[in-house]
Amino acid sequence: MTNYIIRRLLYLIPVIFGVSFIIFILFNVVAGDPAPLLLGKHATAQQIHDLREQLGLNKPLFAQYMDVVRSSFTLDFGRSWATRQDIYDMIRQGAWPSLTLTIPAFAISTIVSVLLSLVVAFYRGKGIDLFIRFLCIAGMSISSVAYILFFQYFLAYKMGWFEISGYEPEFPQFLSYVALPGIIWIVLSLGPDVRFFRTVILDEIYQDYVRTARAKGLGEITVLLKHVLRNAMIPIITYVVIQIPFLILGALLLESFFSIPGLGGITLNALNSSDFPVIKAMAVLSSIAYILFSLLTDVLYTLADPRVKLK
Amino acid sequence: MERPLLSIQDLTVDFITRDNSMRAVDKISFDVPMGKTVGIVGESGSGKSVTSLAIMRLLPQPPANISGKILFDGTDLLALPDDEMRKIRGNKIAMIFQEPMTSLNPVFKTGAQVAETLMLHRGMDKKTAWEKAIDLFNEVGIPNPSQKVHAYPHEMSGGQKQRVMIAMAIACDPKLLICDEPTTALDVTIQKQVIELLQGLQEKHRMSMLFITHDLGVIADVADEVVVMYRSKMVEKDKTRSIFEKSNHPYTKGLIACRPDLGANPKRLLTVSDFMDEEGNSLKVTKERVQVFEKNYEAKNDSPILLEVKDLHTHFPIKGGLFGRKVGEVKAVDGVSFQLKRGKTLGLVGESGCGKTTLGRTILRLIEPTSGSISYEGKDITHLPNEQMRLLRRKMQIIFQDPYSSLNPRMTVGEILTEPLVVHGLGGGKSERLNTAKELMEKVGLKANQLNRYPHEFSGGQRQRICIARALMLRPEFVICDESVSALDVSIQAQVLNLLLDLQQEFKLTYIFISHDLGVVNFISDEVGVMNKGKLVEMDRADRIYKNPREEYTKTLLSAIPKGLPKNLEAFLS
Repeated sequence: MTNYIIRRLLYLIPVIFGVSFIIFILFNVVAGDPAPLLLGKHATAQQIHDLREQLGLNKPLFAQYMDVVRSSFTLDFGRSWATRQDIYDMIRQGAWPSLTLTIPAFAISTIVSVLLSLVVAFYRGKGIDLFIRFLCIAGMSISSVAYILFFQYFLAYKMGWFEISGYEPEFPQFLSYVALPGIIWIVLSLGPDVRFFRTVILDEIYQDYVRTARAKGLGEITVLLKHVLRNAMIPIITYVVIQIPFLILGALLLESFFSIPGLGGITLNALNSSDFPVIKAMAVLSSIAYILFSLLTDVLYTLADPRVKLK
Repeated sequence: MERPLLSIQDLTVDFITRDNSMRAVDKISFDVPMGKTVGIVGESGSGKSVTSLAIMRLLPQPPANISGKILFDGTDLLALPDDEMRKIRGNKIAMIFQEPMTSLNPVFKTGAQVAETLMLHRGMDKKTAWEKAIDLFNEVGIPNPSQKVHAYPHEMSGGQKQRVMIAMAIACDPKLLICDEPTTALDVTIQKQVIELLQGLQEKHRMSMLFITHDLGVIADVADEVVVMYRSKMVEKDKTRSIFEKSNHPYTKGLIACRPDLGANPKRLLTVSDFMDEEGNSLKVTKERVQVFEKNYEAKNDSPILLEVKDLHTHFPIKGGLFGRKVGEVKAVDGVSFQLKRGKTLGLVGESGCGKTTLGRTILRLIEPTSGSISYEGKDITHLPNEQMRLLRRKMQIIFQDPYSSLNPRMTVGEILTEPLVVHGLGGGKSERLNTAKELMEKVGLKANQLNRYPHEFSGGQRQRICIARALMLRPEFVICDESVSALDVSIQAQVLNLLLDLQQEFKLTYIFISHDLGVVNFISDEVGVMNKGKLVEMDRADRIYKNPREEYTKTLLSAIPKGLPKNLEAFLS
């Protein structure tokens, strides 16, 4: 297993080269010259020339590519074009608000979904099953913006239970800011999660080993919680862990509606203002996170399933 | 008279869905006396497994609707509340299932799965239960029990897994053990061991057994009484010996007669349809039909050699280390040589994992050989370029084991049959190809107008006929049948074997017939090769192999076959 982890970590090197290459092509070749874009249409040729010099855009292409590779490895992405801030600092500051929103919301929604899907699997085919499935579909059929506006208006503005928007980094003050977007996150995830977990659990329920467990005289709840759930964990782990890299990117929509200064907001602003270095930094970070978490998925498999041996 | 341990009275099981209702078990009644074994035989879908699951109350209700009485030790199990029934399950009545591969939970240690039963019914603490589990592993003959309790199911062989299932079943000293096809998925030698184990345990623990199987050979070895089920009904019930000697029901007669045995073989196997028509009426069986022919093993001895294999090796690499270097290899085929003459049949037998399937696929170059040579019609094809090999494949076909998964479910039978012609650009236009398909459908005993149906509309036996027809579409000379009748019921198996013989005559085919069933191989083959661990340990004329095996391994294989009782076909001539 150590061999496997070392080998997978070594894969990071070619992947970073590859990701840097694609990003380089997209920004420096496909997107065209950013200097006139940044300076606006009244810029003089001299101003454009100076800016290109300053941004390192008149270096040879290969040297520019190596700059991207270097910053990918050192995680030093330079400064933002828009705000002149150090990008590393921007990300560090944005991480806390994002993670205080996404991680608790994600953890709660996953646990609640697994529990609900166990209930649904226990009562499969009966009224409760139908009712919860109906709620799932109904919930999924409503646009996420509708939830945001509705909850913000009624629960925060009318009832005054939550802050309408904004953020404070100190504990426990931040709770009152992230609670409402967190609840919306949970409501949005329940539908697809419960439906997926229910299918996974029902796939297991009809396996031969479940019949054996019942033939032993075990009660249905023990069968479900001990025998079925442990086997269903394998697909559930894949589904859950692979979402984590996206948590790091923050919740684009929720952060902007609730004015939370997180990574989602940073990314959105960078996209709006063609702030290429910030977009590059977010793209590189999410690729690395994606690889690390798919490695984590593999390692977790070995805990859930003794048949998996990583070589 | 002593009260029977289990008494089933008018048991009826219906499966009721919104659209229809199907009767799976129709008013059956029988007893299982104390300490005795009752066997239930019947083909798939006859309701025998449903009966056993109904006794355990393991059928989901709905859709199942069970009526009648199941008296166990005087209590009607069907009237018990759920929690009372749970105290009986795994405790007083235990059950072993057909598929040892999937019947154990893959993520728990085997010892834990046995200990779980003890903790549940005997109230043992974890430590005592694990110690008892080690004793039980020892009792069912698992070597190194104190280590093996820590093994996961995938670290054990099929036979060992079935032993774990048995350990789990006998953990609480049940009074009744229900065995649902416990040896069907196992090799003959393992089957013999498991049956001997069960018989030993039965005697020691004074259990009653309900033994469900489709194999009459096994039934004859284990059961005191036999219940024969056919199309949800119990058609006969008697002492085992009486069933074999003087059965009254045409279905039972057919079932006994259609099983190829190791004695002299008829020219064609009898089938149930020789004894009974579609409506279940008895038919008169003529004397000629049951007559035993001495097979002419010398016929076609002067025909030319079609296939020659010399010192063939197929090895698979085992990879390991940081960069996946090759650290070892599996020698699936390890130095096999033989010749096969045109028009003859070579039977390949051996246990699972002996390399017989890999050998067959290597000969067709579906798997590339590691070394050695294969020549076809005197021409070396070992290194033939793919383009030329493709041309040659018209002459070489293969029929696989599982007719359920080897037909594309989204293609009609017509498309399936004409596809080989389309791929090879043969057979003229679309209508000509369809005509060829129609002809072959009739040759394999199906109807020409069934061409626009889909595979799921056919039964297992019919699907295997479609597979055979597909293999014959290109008019091959050489066909490999890889366990082609293993997945079929004995009565269907007999029909398909007869068909293969007829087609061999008509199309002058040469067969390699791969099977783990020595009876079937004996019936169909001129020559038999016995494989073990990648090597061909013995090869000879079929009758000689069976009468005078030279190698120890062949003798072991032959002695493991359930002997059954001699069939007295003369008595069946009504």
